[in-house]
Amino acid sequence: MPRSLKKGPFVDDHLLKKVEQQNAANTKNVIKTWSRRSTVTPEMVGHTIAVHDGRKHVPIYISEAMVGHKLGEFAPTRTFRIHSGQERSARREGPGA
Amino acid sequence: MARIAGVDIPREKRLEISLTYIFGVGRTTAKTVCDQTNLSRDTRVRDLTDDEVAKLRSWIDANLQVEGDLRREIAANIKRKVEIGSYEGIRHRRGLPVRGQRTRTNARTRKGPKKTVAGRKKARK
Repeated sequence: MPRSLKKGPFVDDHLLKKVEQQNAANTKNVIKTWSRRSTVTPEMVGHTIAVHDGRKHVPIYISEAMVGHKLGEFAPTRTFRIHSGQERSARREGPGA
Repeated sequence: MARIAGVDIPREKRLEISLTYIFGVGRTTAKTVCDQTNLSRDTRVRDLTDDEVAKLRSWIDANLQVEGDLRREIAANIKRKVEIGSYEGIRHRRGLPVRGQRTRTNARTRKGPKKTVAGRKKARK
C-alpha cells in the first residue's frame, strides 16, 4: 500500500537540509548520505548524491526520471559476480549497459 | 462480426467473456463495461445489434486504455526503470524476477528453461 498523499514524500531532514544549502549557494558538490530511505524530490534533480550501499558511497547523478523513487533503489546492496566454473556463456545481459 | 478496440472479434460467447479477449480487459473490467453500457452480460456477441456494438466501442474508447496503447505504456514504464538504473530496472535487464521473489529455485517464467550447470554435486546424505 502506498504512503498517504496527505503526508507528502518522505525525505530525511538532514539530507533535505544539505540539498537546500547547495541550491541556495548554487553549488553542485557530491552529497554523501546513508539515507537510502529518502524519496528523490524535484529539488534534488541535477545534484550528485553518494548513496551508501553498506560498504561505500555510490555516486548517483539525479535525473528528472528518478523523482519519486527512493535513493536506495539506485545503489544495489548485493554483489553477485559469477558462479564458479561459469566462465563460458556468462555475461549475457540484455540491451542497455 | 463484432470488432471492438482494433482487431478483436470474439463471438459465440457471452458478452462478459468475449470482452476479456481484449488486452487490458479482464473479468472485472468486462463486468463494469456491461453495467456501464446497460447491456446484459449474458447476451451472445452475435446477438448484439450494430448500435450496441457501437455503444461498447465508444465507451471503451472513452474510458479504457487497451491493446496497443496499454502495451506501449507498459513498455515505456519498463524502459524508464531500465534507463534510470533503479533496482527494478536492473532486474528487468537481467531477466530476473522484479518483485522480490526467490530465485534459488523456481522463477522459471522469468529465467526461461533450465540451464544445468555441469559439475554440480548431487545432494549428499
